[in-house]
Amino acid sequence: MIPLWWYLVVAALLFCIGLYGVMARRNAVAILMAVELMLNAVNINLIAFWRYTDPADTTGMAWAIFVLAVAAAEAAVGLALIISIYRSRDSVVAEELDTLKY
Amino acid sequence: MLLLPYREQRIEKLRRAIYRKKQPVTLFTGQRIIMTIQQIIFILISAFTLFMALVVVVDRNLFRAAIAMMASFLGVAGLYVLLEAGFLAVAQLLVYIGAISILVIFAIMMTRRLMQTHESPFNSQPIWGMIGAALTFVLLALVAIRTWPQSDFPGPAPVPASVLEGNVTQLGLMFVRPDQLVLPFELASVLLLAALIGSIVIAWPEKKS
Repeated sequence: MIPLWWYLVVAALLFCIGLYGVMARRNAVAILMAVELMLNAVNINLIAFWRYTDPADTTGMAWAIFVLAVAAAEAAVGLALIISIYRSRDSVVAEELDTLKY
Repeated sequence: MLLLPYREQRIEKLRRAIYRKKQPVTLFTGQRIIMTIQQIIFILISAFTLFMALVVVVDRNLFRAAIAMMASFLGVAGLYVLLEAGFLAVAQLLVYIGAISILVIFAIMMTRRLMQTHESPFNSQPIWGMIGAALTFVLLALVAIRTWPQSDFPGPAPVPASVLEGNVTQLGLMFVRPDQLVLPFELASVLLLAALIGSIVIAWPEKKS
């Protein structure tokens, strides 16, 4: 039998690996991939709590599916932005995109 | 003030009633090794998932990182199967591996000049990022282990198989019932439509005038 905290720790690890990617990668596409990893970690938590507390109530699954839908929307818009930025600035390095700073 | 202790007592009683279960089948019966086959599978799947996630984060070659991301999603789908959420596992395969990964790979190929592998994959703050991520992990793990200790949730809630088999039906009903999630469901569809139209508009090539 797997205790609940195993899932929580694995999800926390996955989340922090994604967080590291978001904070440390140069390439904007890589940052988006790391964000997807973080969303996955959250979903593991949701499903684990659903299964370990009350499986007859499917609210946890419904939340996970909403996260899935929002992740799909986020990926589509994010990648469109990256392609558009690449066309106009010839770069997808997140540190070079600083027009809004000035 | 008076209600809370009573409520907690009730919850405690319920919990004890739910988790009164028989001992798990041990791999080496008669010894004190409590590792069941399920636990071994869990450890293998999570190690695979986490290793692939690390590859995503540190690999210089973006394309290889995208493939590793697909593998990591596959591992997460495996965890869903272990949690007996088969529908979510299939949705994970379709949406993440089938759609989002392909989208990411397309983006990588359209910005291919930047796939060069001789540059550093990191920006100017890899050390600080690592420290921040490690501290966040310590915080999250502490909260998780303190708040939900093993004595409270030693295993999944024991329910008859019919509950787990019927949950897809119940989920579908939940999404269309007016007193439940029909409004968030419709909002999600509007969000997806807006995101699709918006991404087409954003990525449309600018007219040269």
